[in-house]
Parts: sequence; C-alpha cells; structure tokens
Amino acid sequence: MSTTSPSTASTAATRPGPLLSVRELQVHFPTQDGLVKAVDGLTFDLEAGKTLGIVGESGSGKSVSSMAIMGLHRGTNAQVSGEIELAGVNLLDISADEMRRKRGRDVSMIFQDPLSAMHPYYTVGNQIAEAYRVHHSVSRKIAKQRAVEMLDRVGIPTPEKRVNDYPHQFSGGMRQRAMIAMGLINDPGLLIADEPTTALDVTVQAQILDLLQDLQREFNSAVIIITHDLGVVAEMADDVLVMYAGRAVEHGPCKEILTHPEMPYTWGLLSSVPDLSGDTGARLVPIPGNPPSLLNPPSGCAFHPRCPHRDKVPGDLCRTELPLLVPGERGGHHTKRCHLPNPDAIYATEVLPEIAPDLAVERAKEL
Amino acid sequence: MTNETINQPIEGDPDDMAVAPRIEGHSAAVAPADAKPILEVDGLRMYFPVKSPGLIRRTVGHVQAVDGVSFQVAEATSLGLVGESGCGKSTTGRLITRLYEPTAGAIRFEGQDIAHARAGELKPLRREIQMIFQDPYTSLNPRQTVGSIVGAPLVIHKVLPKDKILPRVQELLEIVGLNPEHYNRYPHEFSGGQRQRIGIARALTLQPKLLVADEPVSALDVSIQAQVINLLQDIQNEFGVAFLFIAHDLAIVRHFCPEIAVMYLGKIVEIGDRESIYTNAHHPYTQALLSAVPDVKQAAAGGRLERIRLQGDVPSPINPPSGCRFRTRCPIAQEICARHEPPLLQIGRKHKVACHFPGRLGEAPREPLTAGLLGVDSEGRPDPGASPSTDLVEQPGYADTWFDLDNKSIGRA
Repeated sequence: MSTTSPSTASTAATRPGPLLSVRELQVHFPTQDGLVKAVDGLTFDLEAGKTLGIVGESGSGKSVSSMAIMGLHRGTNAQVSGEIELAGVNLLDISADEMRRKRGRDVSMIFQDPLSAMHPYYTVGNQIAEAYRVHHSVSRKIAKQRAVEMLDRVGIPTPEKRVNDYPHQFSGGMRQRAMIAMGLINDPGLLIADEPTTALDVTVQAQILDLLQDLQREFNSAVIIITHDLGVVAEMADDVLVMYAGRAVEHGPCKEILTHPEMPYTWGLLSSVPDLSGDTGARLVPIPGNPPSLLNPPSGCAFHPRCPHRDKVPGDLCRTELPLLVPGERGGHHTKRCHLPNPDAIYATEVLPEIAPDLAVERAKEL
Repeated sequence: MTNETINQPIEGDPDDMAVAPRIEGHSAAVAPADAKPILEVDGLRMYFPVKSPGLIRRTVGHVQAVDGVSFQVAEATSLGLVGESGCGKSTTGRLITRLYEPTAGAIRFEGQDIAHARAGELKPLRREIQMIFQDPYTSLNPRQTVGSIVGAPLVIHKVLPKDKILPRVQELLEIVGLNPEHYNRYPHEFSGGQRQRIGIARALTLQPKLLVADEPVSALDVSIQAQVINLLQDIQNEFGVAFLFIAHDLAIVRHFCPEIAVMYLGKIVEIGDRESIYTNAHHPYTQALLSAVPDVKQAAAGGRLERIRLQGDVPSPINPPSGCRFRTRCPIAQEICARHEPPLLQIGRKHKVACHFPGRLGEAPREPLTAGLLGVDSEGRPDPGASPSTDLVEQPGYADTWFDLDNKSIGRA
C-alpha cells in the first residue's frame, strides 16, 4: 500500500498551508522556429476542498500548466522550471518513479474528450479497476468491486452490468461519469478537470457539474477546473485565474473577479458572450484581433495589440513594459496584470453599461 | 442606455478587423411582422435505415432522426433550431440544403417543393440555399487556395467570366473582414476564426437567399465567437439573407434569432418567438434546457440556482418511447403521456407547444389539456363520450386563432 518514499509521506501529513502551491512555473518548448513560452511565470495557491477555475482562450497555457502539475511533460523536450509543491513535495524535484506513484493517487485528471481518453479495447470496469490496482495491491475481484462502487457513486444505472461494457457502449455523459469515477477511485487530494463539460450538452453538463460538486464535498479534494466558459467558472469556482499568452493576468475570488474585473481581457471575455437575459438589440462586443503567437509574443503587456483601453495609460507603457501581477484597488486577494490606473471606474462607466445595463444602473445608485 | 452599445470604436489587427462592414441597426434580431415565408417545411421526416451485419444486409430498423417537423422561415430573418446532440437539428439543416433526400414531407422554397428534386433541378437551387459548417478545420480543402475555394461556386455555376472571378473573390473577402490580398494563401495559414470567415465568404459567393448555419461558432474561442456572430448579423442586414441557425448554445440563439424552435428526439417540442420561448416557456424540456445554462451574472450574485435536473440521457432514436418522446425524462409525465403523442398546440400568437400539460414552470395543469382534443379521458384511455377534434393537423405557420391558456378561451390575432 504505502509505496511513497518516507520523506514525502512525513512532510505531507504535518505541513500546514495550501495543498498545492505553484511558484513561477515556466513551461517552454524549444521548436525549430524558436522557443515557445507556453507558460511563463505562473504562480497560485490552492487549498484542500477548494476549487480554482482557470479561464483563457486556446493557446493561453491553461492545459499545458495543468499537464505540468500532472508531470506529463516528463520525457518530452519541454523545459519545465519553477516550483510545483503538492502537500509539501516539489513535484519537479522528484524522480519519474516517485511521480508515477503520485499520479492518480495524490493528483489525478479528467480530460475533455472521454472517448479518446479511454482505451476502446478494454472494458470500462477493467480500466477503472486498473487505476485502483496500480496504487493498491488487491485482487482483481476486489478492484472490480471497487469499480462497481465508484460507478454507482457517480450515478451510472445498474453499475454491476455496465462495468463490463466497453467505452463505445456508454453515452457521452456516462463516459464522462466513468472518467470521474476513474479519477476519484484513489481519493486524490487534487483533481484537475480539463474542460470536463465542453463536449457535453447543457443538460448533461449541469448533471456533471452537480456531480463534481457533490463529490468534492464528499472527498474534500481540491479541484482545478479548466474551461473557457465563464458560466461554468461562475458556478463552480471559489477562485478564478484568468490566463492570457502563458501568464496569469487576473487572479482572485470568483465573485470579486466576476463583479469587479480590473483587466480589459477579462472585460472582453465577459462582454463577448451573450447571456439569457441581455438586450438582444445590442451588439456583442468582441475582443478584436486574434490571440498572439507564443513564438513571438507582443512586447510589454501581451494583450496590448487587442486592448481597447491602452490609450488611457500614460506614455507607451503597455507596449514597452510588462505589468506586474499586483493587487488592484480592491485589496490584496485580487491581483491583476495591467497598467490601467483606475480600472474599476472604467469598468463601471464604460464596460458595464454595454454588457449589463441593469447592473450598471444599480452600481451607479450605490455610488 | 442600450443604444450606446451599437457603435464599437475598437480597431484591432488591420488584417482581421478593419475592413469588416459596420452597420448600425439590428434588423437581424427583430422579426418583421408581415414577412413572407421563404422556406416552409411541412411534416419533414428522415429515417436512416439500420442494416444488419453480414452478407445479406437486411434493414433491421430505422433511426428516426427527424420525425414530422414543420416550420417556416421568413425572408431576411432567422429561425434558431436548438436541442441536445442527436435531436435531429443538423439532419434538418442537411435536408433543407438537400444533402439528404427526405423520407417524407415537403420542403417548399419560395413555393416550390424541393424535397425530391433531382440533381439537375437542384443545381439552380444551390445558388439560393447555402450552408456554413461547424468545423472550419475540416470544411475547407487544405490543397486549395482561399481564392479557388471562394471562387469555386462562380466557376461551377458559370456566373462570371474567368477574368472577373478574382475581383469578386477579393470583394467577398473584404466583406467578411479578411485581407483581400490573401486570396492565394492556403487555409492552414489562417486561424480558426479567419477560416470560419472563409467558409462564410464561400457561402455568400452566389448571393443566396437562405443560409443554413450549422453550429457556426461552437468550434471557436469565445472572444472570436462574438466577431463571427456580429459578422453574420451585418451580412443579414446588408444582403437580407434568411438564416436557419442551428446551435446548442441557447444564449447565442437568443441573441441571433427572433424565432426559435426547440427539438427533442426528432420532433419540435416548442416553437415560438423569442419572448415566448425564453420568458414564457410552456414545455418542461424547454424549461429544463434554460435552467441548465450556467450564467455568469447569477453566480456573481452568489451561489448556484436550483435547477431542474433531467435524469439520464436522450433515448435512442431507433426505438423512441411511445407517446410523448420526452416522457422518460419528464418531471411531470403522467399516464396519458405514454399512450398519446401530444399535438403541437398553438397557445399564443406566435407560440406552439407539444405537451399534454403545458404551463409555466411550476404552474403546469393537473389535468391534461389535450384529452378533449384527442377524444380520450385524462389517463389516455379512449373516451366514448368525447369526440376527437379534427383540426389538429400541424401546419408550418401560425394560425390566427389559438388556445389562450391563461383565460381558458380562444385567442384571436
């Protein structure tokens, strides 16, 4: 059972503080055309039982950083540096063997597309039981029993029959449930969900989000949920981290970020999705342009070529100098990477009236 | 307050943004009252045969992908088709572009039934009805330049002489907000959003009257989705194109379409104008769909809303449930739902619903409203005393009279 090395086990139990602590994480890929800085200096903490939502467009580095936490860049030519401390152990220092013992037990992951994440040739039960037997020396029979229990827990009807089915016999929602069962069978402290509901319909998405929340409460796991859907983040996350071009551009408590965003990129994300009660006569306000190339990122703030507010910053600061991720006007927990001097006022007067006129009126009354 | 949002002062990357047309006003989002229907679909059915394995491939069943769908699309407006995957919305789109030949039913485009038109008859039709596909990565030929992709319809239909094609292609690229100098580039040199613009340019080449847009933005990043939606609205305003807009994202459909049809397992369960569907939904499935959408604002106010949890998955369309197809997941299903299929009943000026117990959320009637019309008692057994109503034939459009559920009377236009 206990196969982890003594050093890791002892520190894990005693050390207080966050479960996961990522410091200055960099993931760089050398390519023929140059160095791709997929993640460039990412720092965040996550406590047990809490949920962190990572939001960003494709290519912003959200999946790459979560793969670094899983240690999935080992054996590739990626250059990973910084610190990823999970329960007091720096995952970047330990050997591949030690990482393998942690993977699935201390940290596990569920993927976006459950059909391609499961092996088509093995039964679902077989794959879930295998995940259990890797970390527990038990017989096949007991492992299978455990797989049935987990399938039952994630809400698969008649699990003792479905455990012998192949992945293609499951529907999309059921496959995602089976993936969750596989991810949680070893009761990991940290679960990374990479776009867990993007491939699913809204009604099934709601089921899966409910299930994830229930299970998180039951197992007290920390969850990182990676998504591009701010609605999902709003429902699930305690903290939100907005990523752009490999860097965190805004980080703070979920409610704070969604009601008082201070970074123009977050404003853009909020204003480019219509919502179910908005004014249909209004135009959507897209973020102009395209996401930048990571081979040759823009100078200064990576968002400046697409930023509609850069002329409000004195001098040519946006183009020349990378802003630091520092606390904004609203206190220490809410950090942002932007030069704008008075973002909350700009948001209230210029952005909010466009995306939510009703809220803007309320806000004006408060002031 | 809302009018301030029309003008958008942002100018981005000149390659991508600067040449996109900026048009004020939003006729796209409003349906004109007296618009003529350009497309009328009546009782459309598409059954795909399921063959047995082995040498003799007998037909052992049918996937009832689309089973009796009727609707109208008026000129220069948009009808949204929403529903879960497998509900038949994409098949409906492909039937209308006649990529499939329907099993039964009529597709009347400008009065002409095209449901069984032959290839020769279809060719002129292709000029009028075009399609925008979901995946911009697989719907463009990687070995052709953008110029030949966008110009191909002109060559096929012999609309322009060869030397006039290039200027027209460049004009089209400009309309969709791409740099006209890029006509000799290949699709891989463009980003996802730009490729979708190429797909839109290709669909516009022949100046169609109807565009079938099958999930045109779901493969794109959120920040790019808004660009493409705005482009489609501009195109509609400028060229007066009607859209059949197929999507699963309810918020985007609400933004784009003044009229929406909700599909479930090959049937329309509720159809109506935007107000009726989004604020006055009477079908439990529509209500569940709406409540399942995660919303940024609601969570910013704190916590998650109580939602209607639909149990399980969509049943197989090979062997759909008897009676009402939604009954296996419906929170208010009763005996009659298993015995009889609910007719699509008009309950408002522009609002039809197919349910035995139609009502606002939490206000569904106890007794089936449709029992008298179908000539059965409240549990669905034949009632010798009642006579079934004869005027329950489903029509594509809306009638002038309807059943007013609030006043229990007949409403009139």
